[in-house]
Amino acid sequence: MNEQGIDLGRRRFLTTAATVVGGAGAVATAVPFISTLTPSARARAIGAPVEIEIGAIKPGELQVFKWQGKPVWVLHRDEEQLKSLPELHAEVRDPGSEEAQQPEYARNEHRSIKPEYLVMVGLCTHLGCSPTYVPRADAQARGLGSEWKGGFFCPCHGSRFDLAGRVFKDVPAPRNLLVPRHQYLSDSRVLVGGDDSGGVA
Amino acid sequence: MKRAIVMLLALLIHAPAWAKAGEQMLHYEADLSNQQSLQRGARLFVNYCLSCHSASFMRYNRMGRDLGIPDDVLKANLMFGTDKTGETMAVAMNPQEAAQWFGVAPPDLSVTARARGASWLYTYFMTFYRDPARPTGVNNLAFKDVAMPHVLWELQGWQRPLYSEEAGSGATPTITHLELESPGLLDQEGYRRAVQDLVNFLVYLGEPIKLKRQAIGGWVMAYLLVLLGIVYLLKREFWKDVH
Amino acid sequence: MNSVVRTLTGFRDWVDARFPLMQLWNDHLARYYAPKNFNFWYYFGSLAMLVLVIQIVTGIWLTMNYKPGADLAFASVEYIMRDVEWGWWIRYMHSTGGSAFFVVVYLHMYRALLYGSYKQPRELLWVIGMFIYLTLMGEAFFGYLLPWGQMSYWGAQVIISLFGALPWIGDDLALLIRGDFVVSDVTLNRFFSFHVIALPLLLCGLVGAHLLALHEVGSNNPDGVEIKKHKDANGVPLDGIAFHPYYTVKDLVGAVVFLIIFCAVVFFSPEMGGYFLEHANFVPADPLKTPEHIAPVWYFTPYYAILRAIPNQLGGVIAMGSATFMFFLLPWLDRSPVKSIRYRGWRYRVALALFTLSFLILGVMGVQPVTPEFTWLSRFCAIVYFLYFFFLLSITTPDDSRGFVRYYKLCLRGLVWALTVGFTYSWIKGLPANELDKTPLMDKLDSPSTYFVIALLLLAALIETFKFYRQDVDAIPPERVRWS
Repeated sequence: MNEQGIDLGRRRFLTTAATVVGGAGAVATAVPFISTLTPSARARAIGAPVEIEIGAIKPGELQVFKWQGKPVWVLHRDEEQLKSLPELHAEVRDPGSEEAQQPEYARNEHRSIKPEYLVMVGLCTHLGCSPTYVPRADAQARGLGSEWKGGFFCPCHGSRFDLAGRVFKDVPAPRNLLVPRHQYLSDSRVLVGGDDSGGVA
Repeated sequence: MKRAIVMLLALLIHAPAWAKAGEQMLHYEADLSNQQSLQRGARLFVNYCLSCHSASFMRYNRMGRDLGIPDDVLKANLMFGTDKTGETMAVAMNPQEAAQWFGVAPPDLSVTARARGASWLYTYFMTFYRDPARPTGVNNLAFKDVAMPHVLWELQGWQRPLYSEEAGSGATPTITHLELESPGLLDQEGYRRAVQDLVNFLVYLGEPIKLKRQAIGGWVMAYLLVLLGIVYLLKREFWKDVH
Repeated sequence: MNSVVRTLTGFRDWVDARFPLMQLWNDHLARYYAPKNFNFWYYFGSLAMLVLVIQIVTGIWLTMNYKPGADLAFASVEYIMRDVEWGWWIRYMHSTGGSAFFVVVYLHMYRALLYGSYKQPRELLWVIGMFIYLTLMGEAFFGYLLPWGQMSYWGAQVIISLFGALPWIGDDLALLIRGDFVVSDVTLNRFFSFHVIALPLLLCGLVGAHLLALHEVGSNNPDGVEIKKHKDANGVPLDGIAFHPYYTVKDLVGAVVFLIIFCAVVFFSPEMGGYFLEHANFVPADPLKTPEHIAPVWYFTPYYAILRAIPNQLGGVIAMGSATFMFFLLPWLDRSPVKSIRYRGWRYRVALALFTLSFLILGVMGVQPVTPEFTWLSRFCAIVYFLYFFFLLSITTPDDSRGFVRYYKLCLRGLVWALTVGFTYSWIKGLPANELDKTPLMDKLDSPSTYFVIALLLLAALIETFKFYRQDVDAIPPERVRWS
């Protein structure tokens, strides 16, 4: 082997060039591999916005629908329940819905388009369990005390939410429950998962 | 000996052709770059094929995106069974009933073009002819005794077969060509173009990614050639030690 | 910058004190000395590793979306091709990779035939390699059922029936492989298990053993001389160079060239004209209807042609099995002291050329429909194929051999002449005498069996002229590798 005449600079340059160009190729190859892990066309088709019929829900009643495989609650709040919302401002963490847990049109006291109908994804913002709807009448049985004005209680880790899905202070869940994009197609038909603004989910 | 040499040559030069020997096939290469043709083909497919056949691996919105058809046009003109664009192209007919009517259930057409090839499909659509011996009243040169009726008859009209003269007694006469007996809505050139549209669409349906795949391939090739240059220089540089 | 280097070096030393990291690096790369005269044929080992990695990675990704069930499999493949983002790419890489694996492995094996790489001291290396080849065939066979197309289904049906041809145990064995009375959902499910976990594990283990064995005995080279015989004061072979960086950068060039060809297939012709992805496999499996023309994937066709050439079920299966098994015996059949074809006599060159030709023709025959011409041609090529292995022992055994080898050679000569005489006799009997007067003689003789008999006679004569007991060496190999 001849040790003289080795151009170390050229050697280092070529090694770097090969590493950089080859590395770029490796990263570019990794991109498709990672994107296969994203929801497929089938998952997206199944997760497309769904139309639901809410006319038959009686005041005070909660019905569960399915969208993207997740439970979507529609709660028909009665007069008394709506009245309870302003009284809780001191006890909930984000009374004014400052955090982006709802579309702009649901950023209000009742966190919905129409005050009486609450449309919400029924998954706890703590670790994803589905909370239980506990109306005022059931508070005793659940051990939630006489102060309970109705709301949601997560059986997994004990988080509590009010009737607008706002999280109480001193529970593990960090944020209010998620209100998905939705719009009224008629008085009793709601499209969940999309709206006229073109936004989805 | 001559035969043996010819045989060997034929083997070495185009071996796969042997499998297809004897079939009269019209030749057709699908053109996927012609989006208008694909759109016309999609329309023919939805109107004439989809009532009996499904394309259950193909989603409407994928077709709309690839063929440049906006959602509202898609919903108004190409979707009959459903209004959800994410759905696959299912069939309205019950497969069991279909099997009773036709003797066999009409197959799913999603990947038929990949199994049959463009030329076969083209031949198939071009060569339906009257045959009173068949329950459907038609036969086909590409698919003998096919169970499918001539669905496109209103476009093409009816063809009758002309047999070769030389057929001796006892031998089954061979069909030399087909003659248009009663014309359909389209003239012969128009029908030929319609069939080409339909075949183009079926080939697209078989592999929707094909055009994009080839486009990506170009970039991959370009990248690899650059990389080849660099690693070659790198190798040459290091091997100066050895030489 | 300096502190980063120091931290990294420190970490390496920390690991090295607890794990033989640098030792592994040196033993297998930085201080593994390979002959410096590797040529084109020496790329395929590292390329086989590359394909293995491609297959394992794409395989893992396919398994995420594939569903092994008779009702689901076909649809799940199309789901991967259409609905999964980039799924088509991963699937095409895997299907192309399957064929690429065999291309690379066949060339890798052929290199051993050229340069005698299976010879002492590399017999075990070769045998391990043969086990890799067998595992690969199993892997390919199990994997081919998974798309659940017509070819998948009927190909599996045919190959499982091969086992059914074995006497006594055959039917039970076939039943055991299928787990059902026909190829069914059960079969698919267990083939999936074999394909994605059992054989890949075995394959990786064998590849590891192959590499360990290689690095124990050292690489052969196109001159077939042992570089370990001449070492410098430090124990480094004079004709050797460190694998890293010299062969890593060289193999990198090979890898990129390979990727160019590989990607050209993946992106522009993934079906490869029906040879990598067969047309009939785009029709879902139908247990009631066999496709008109069924042929195995190209890499099995030489063996398939041998199977079809033998007009007896069990005979065909045995011939097919031994065609593969013969390779295992190579190190002990070829007794020439010279490894490389460069220094071997014309006898070996002719024999290898005939073998290569017959293997290729058999490969082409395997995808053709059955005709009398093709059957006779396949028969002749099958005879040449097997003769190569028997012939090796003859041309490479010294004149004064005694005992078994001597009798063996007599037997071999006897066998060839018996075949020739037998076929000639049946050929003459097969000529209808009464028609000899009516039709011109030349037309009568122009039949495949005539050519078969003539070719067989020529072959027998050729073997006689080889004189059997000669060393096939025509040049003295150099002491050290030739290098310009």
